[in-house]
Amino acid sequence: MTTFPEAARRELANDQLRTNLRNATETIRAKRGRAVAELPDWEALRDAAKAIKEDVLANLGPYLERFEEEVTAAGGHVHWARDAAEANAVVVEVARRHDATEVVKVKSLTTDEIGLNDALAAAGIHALETDFAELILQLDGDWPSHILVPAIHRNRTEIRDLFARTIAPGITSDDPRDLAEASRAYLRERFLAARVGVSGANFGIVETGSVCVVESEGNGRMCTTLPPVLVTILGIEKLLPRFADLGVLLQVLPRSSTGERMNPYTSLWTGVTAGDGPQELHVVLLDNGRTRVLADEVGRQALHCIRCSACLNVCPVYSRTGGHAYGSVYPGPIGAILTPQLHGIEHAASLPFASSLCGACYEVCPVKIDIPRVLVHLRAKAVEATGGAGERAAMETAAWAFESPRHLSIAQRAGALLTRPFARGGSLHRLPPPLRAWSRTRDLKAPATRSFRRWWRKERS
Amino acid sequence: MAQGALLSPDARADVLRRVASAAAGAHAPLSVPRGYRRHGALQPEERGELFCRRAGEYRADVRRVHAREVAAACAEICAASGVRRLVVPQGLPTAWRPSGVELVVDEGLSAHELDATDGALTGCTLAIAETGTIILTAGPAEGRRAISLVPDLHVCVVSEGQIVELVPEAFTALADRGLARRPITLISGPSATSDIELSRVEGVHGPRNLFVLVLREVS
Repeated sequence: MTTFPEAARRELANDQLRTNLRNATETIRAKRGRAVAELPDWEALRDAAKAIKEDVLANLGPYLERFEEEVTAAGGHVHWARDAAEANAVVVEVARRHDATEVVKVKSLTTDEIGLNDALAAAGIHALETDFAELILQLDGDWPSHILVPAIHRNRTEIRDLFARTIAPGITSDDPRDLAEASRAYLRERFLAARVGVSGANFGIVETGSVCVVESEGNGRMCTTLPPVLVTILGIEKLLPRFADLGVLLQVLPRSSTGERMNPYTSLWTGVTAGDGPQELHVVLLDNGRTRVLADEVGRQALHCIRCSACLNVCPVYSRTGGHAYGSVYPGPIGAILTPQLHGIEHAASLPFASSLCGACYEVCPVKIDIPRVLVHLRAKAVEATGGAGERAAMETAAWAFESPRHLSIAQRAGALLTRPFARGGSLHRLPPPLRAWSRTRDLKAPATRSFRRWWRKERS
Repeated sequence: MAQGALLSPDARADVLRRVASAAAGAHAPLSVPRGYRRHGALQPEERGELFCRRAGEYRADVRRVHAREVAAACAEICAASGVRRLVVPQGLPTAWRPSGVELVVDEGLSAHELDATDGALTGCTLAIAETGTIILTAGPAEGRRAISLVPDLHVCVVSEGQIVELVPEAFTALADRGLARRPITLISGPSATSDIELSRVEGVHGPRNLFVLVLREVS
């Protein structure tokens, strides 16, 4: 995998991306701020949301079994998947049993995580993305750069040209209204005729066995209501113990995510309801690394995440590099702690360092994930996993220097002497290897030729 | 077709075993602190006004009418919006049904048949003032979920007594009435997307036009 610094350098060179991102993150950030400020009990809601998710993780086993029981009692089928391949196999098998050559899909990070579309394609089944932005990306072979607005790196004229080449020959307008209309017209017949729908889920309710999907466009309702068969893939951490917990989560999620008081559509369904919606329901409970995250005392709080994307919009790193630099379906601060834990730190060792540890992400997180703390924790693991001999030597030198006044004085003199050849105009812009990489993105004031302590001694004598 | 698990039973046992071992050290909170607002403070009149204002802010067209005016208000909306065929659920009160349009009673219409109608008229179960949300639970006057989804226009009748102030109150009420396992749809304004340059477009796949008729209580 490309490391974050390499990918970030590529993304930072993209002016359009940076302009679009700045506009998007600033706009959503301001909207979120207003939506949150309006509630007098915001902090109490966060405390409740966090405690609900802690409760879920601490009792996950019994909760999963109860959820399975409830879904089954309501006429649904529950499947357990240890990994991506097993989850994909369920969807392929269901589609095959119904001779479906196409399934309609609601935007879902979980299905992106497991590479469902590719797995279906390999079985000769087309997974049609129906979220507006996801459709745009699918038509162009591109991939999401933001959790909430996945195609934010694309402009309206590009999208118009893409539609003219693909789903709406002859379209000339680049008005978002006309583009949305084109996607509505293109997808309508596919929704009406679909035999199998596939969705992720925002929440699964333990006490009732209900599944909850939160969305804006109505494509989620289409995919989960019209096809006679529905497969829902649910990460095992997405449970909520009680139905009443929705009263908390459905307040913090929309306000944190789109900055709305409530998103246009939220759907809940429980198993199968005669005469209404799919008459065959499959729920796939997915592990795929989640139990590995759960086992880490510090890192497990990443599983509280409700995918609102508020942390992306406030992050000084994300708002410049965009989502592609993170090389994962989970970008931004939450991605920096989730990806290395889900896939193993050795596969994403650079991600915990893609942060200035400013803490803005923690402040906005509706479920109070202490992202900076987990980042520091993972940095230690990354250093352990990848050696980090240079860093260790530097830290040991620093430890020695701060051990006694005499050591510090020696270190200061040595530092001034050694860096003098590299100082230009009182600053260090470019250091020799192995420090070059560090100095590439940082300027350092050149050490003074005489330390304060030496000057003081002289003044006082 | 053969139902049941499509995977080896080992997957279930394995996941549960991993969960048990991983969660062993996780501490559960003694109880969930529920210090957030769970009971509204507004008088019914203020609650109704707040609902109308908030639903209107999401570009739903909100009108306050008396119970006897529902049919006429709906007929007016249909005429102004060019709705000729209007779907209604079987249990829709007769007094609400407008004249001047073709009423199509949903007795299991196919998706294509639904698509050939221009609008839908339904009641609701609850509404939330603070967020301008209406809640449908597939009751007799609401019909199945597809009715309020496929046609391009939705007229929803909300009576003042159905309006609660806060989100948690709505979920408590749904559970208390034994509706938690029903198909539940929360609707806040017409369907929308901001996917292109964050510019908001109303109406993608759901109805592009949402009308809410709020019934004044007869005192």
